[in-house]
Amino acid sequence: MELLMAILIGILFTAAVYLILSRSLLKIILGTGLLSHGAHLLILTMGGLGGSSPPVLDKGASNFADPLPQALILTAIVISFGVTAFMLVLAYRTYGEHKTDNMNLMRGNDEHD
Amino acid sequence: MINLLLFPIIIPFLFAIVLLFFKERIVLQRVLAVVGLLAALAASLYLAHTVKQDGVQTITLGSWPAPFGITMVSDMFSALLVTTTIILTLLVVIYSFTSIGEAREHYFYYSAILFMITGVNGAFTTGDIFNMFVFFEVLLIASYVLIVLGGEKRQLRESIKYILINVVSSALFVITVAYLYSVVGTLNMADISVKIAEIGQPGIITVIAVLMLIVFGIKGSIFPLYFWLPGSYAAPPIPVLALFGALLTKVGVYAIMRTYTLFFVHHTDFTHGLLMVLAILTIIAGCIGALAYFDLKQIVIYNIVIAVGVILFGAAQMNESGLSGAVFYLIHDMLIKGALFFLIGIIIYVTGTSDLRKMGGLMKTHAPLGWFYLIAAFGLAGIPPLSGFIGKLLIVEGAFQADHIWGSIIILASSLVVLLSVIRIFIYAFWGEPQSLPATERKPYRQMMVPTIVLVVLTVLYGVGTEWLVPYMTDASNVLLQPSIYIDAVLKE
Repeated sequence: MELLMAILIGILFTAAVYLILSRSLLKIILGTGLLSHGAHLLILTMGGLGGSSPPVLDKGASNFADPLPQALILTAIVISFGVTAFMLVLAYRTYGEHKTDNMNLMRGNDEHD
Repeated sequence: MINLLLFPIIIPFLFAIVLLFFKERIVLQRVLAVVGLLAALAASLYLAHTVKQDGVQTITLGSWPAPFGITMVSDMFSALLVTTTIILTLLVVIYSFTSIGEAREHYFYYSAILFMITGVNGAFTTGDIFNMFVFFEVLLIASYVLIVLGGEKRQLRESIKYILINVVSSALFVITVAYLYSVVGTLNMADISVKIAEIGQPGIITVIAVLMLIVFGIKGSIFPLYFWLPGSYAAPPIPVLALFGALLTKVGVYAIMRTYTLFFVHHTDFTHGLLMVLAILTIIAGCIGALAYFDLKQIVIYNIVIAVGVILFGAAQMNESGLSGAVFYLIHDMLIKGALFFLIGIIIYVTGTSDLRKMGGLMKTHAPLGWFYLIAAFGLAGIPPLSGFIGKLLIVEGAFQADHIWGSIIILASSLVVLLSVIRIFIYAFWGEPQSLPATERKPYRQMMVPTIVLVVLTVLYGVGTEWLVPYMTDASNVLLQPSIYIDAVLKE
C-alpha cells in the first residue's frame, strides 16, 4: 500500500512540475493544485497507513491509524483551497490588465517596464 | 498572567477584524490601527520584561500536556523579535498615513498589515513546527493582499511570480514536515530536538535539515534562492516594501536560526558548513546586485540580501560570539532597513523618480533629509558607535574563534561595498547641481519625516545603548546556544 501511494505521489509531483513549467498561467495554477494534493497524500503516507479501529473511542485499541496526519491535512487543504482561489482571481485580473496569460510575455524588470 | 505571550498575536488579529467593518471611515481606521499596535506594543514590552525576570514563557493551548497539544513558547530571542516587529509596524502605519494614498486605505490596507503582523508574531512565538507552517501561511496570504493592493499592471505581474514561488515553497514545507514527522513521530519543536538527540541525527535527518534550509531559504532569500526578491519587492509602494523588507525575510532567517540551533546540532560540520558557504555566497551576490543598479529601491533591496547573509554567517558559527552577534545584527537590520526604505520613499516623493541619474542637489532644498540619510547609511555600514557595528564585530569575532578567517574577511569587505552602495545614493541624490523638482507640497514631506526621524533615532540609540541591551541579548543567544533551556521550559510539566 505504501508503495502504491509513493508511486501515486510521484506521478502527482511529476505532473505538477510539468504543469508549473508550462507557459500558460492557468496550467501553472492547476500545477500548484496537484503539487499540494501530492504533499497532502505524502503526509498521510508518512503518518503510516492502515488501522481499523477508531483511535480515541475504544479503550485499549491497538490497531488504529494515526489521527494527527489527518488533522494536518485538513489544515493544509483549507490553506491550499484559499490560496488557489486567490490565485485564480489574480490570474483573471492579470489577464484583464495584460491581455495575455502567457508567462513569457509577462517578463520584465525595472529597467524596461 | 499565563496568556501573556499570546497578546502580541491576538491583539493585532482582533483589531484587524474590527477594521474590516469600517471600510469607508479612513480616519477611524487609522486611529484603530495605531491604538491596536500601541496595545500590542505594551503587551510585548511587558512580555520581554517577564521573560527577562522569569525565564522562558510557555503555554499549551487547551492545556494538553506538552508533546501533544500545540505549544507557544516565548524565549528572549522571540520576545525581542516580536517587540521589534511591532515597533516597526507602528512606524510603518504612521508613515502610511501620508504616503499610501486613500484608494488603498479604502481597500483594507490596515487590516492586511495587522493580519500580517499576526502571522509574523505567531511564527516567532510558536513552538510547534506545523503551527509554524500555519502562521507562515497567515503572513503570506496577508502579504499577497498587500503586494497586489492597488492593482497596477506591474504589481499584478510581479505578484503572480511572488505567489507562485511561495506556494511551491509552502508545498515543500509541508513535505518536509511530513518527512520529519515520519522519522521522529512528533511535531513539538522541543520534543523533536530531544528525539533527534536520542537517535543521534542519522543521514535522513540531515536530508531534512537541507530541505528545511531550502524551504526557509526561499522565504529568507539566501543564495541561490533570492532570485524572486528584487522583482517582487520593487512592485508594491514604499510602506509595503519597508514592511516586507524589514520583516518577511527575517521570519525565514528566524526559522533557519531556530531549527539549526535546536534540531540539527549533531553533525554541524556538514549542515552548518553548508549554511556558512551559502551565507557567504549570499553576501557576494547581494554586493554585486547592490552595486549594479542605479535604482534607489533595487540598491536597498539588494542590501536586504547582504544582511541575510551576514546574519546567517553569524548563526552558522554556533559559538557564543557568533550567535549573539547574529541576534544583535538581526534586530539592527530590521530597524535600519525600515529607516532606509522610509528615507528613500521620501526621496522618491520629493524627486518624483527612483532613478539616481535623474536627481541631484537635494542637500540645498532638503538638508534634514540628507543628514538623517547619512546617519542611517553609516549605521547600515556599521560605523561605530552606530548600530550594526557591534553585531558585525561579534559575528567576525565568532568567526575568528571558529577559525573561519576567510569568511570574516569577506564580511568586512562587504561592509565597504555596503557603504559604497548607500553613499552612492547620497552623492547622486544630495550632491551636485540641483535638478528641477516636481511641485510637491511640504506638508506630506514633514509628516513623512516624523516616523522616519523616530526610527533613525531608534537605530542610533540601539547602537549607543548597546551596553544596556547586552543582558537581553545574552539571554537570547543563551537559548540558542543551549537548547536545553528551551526544551526544559517546554517539557517541564
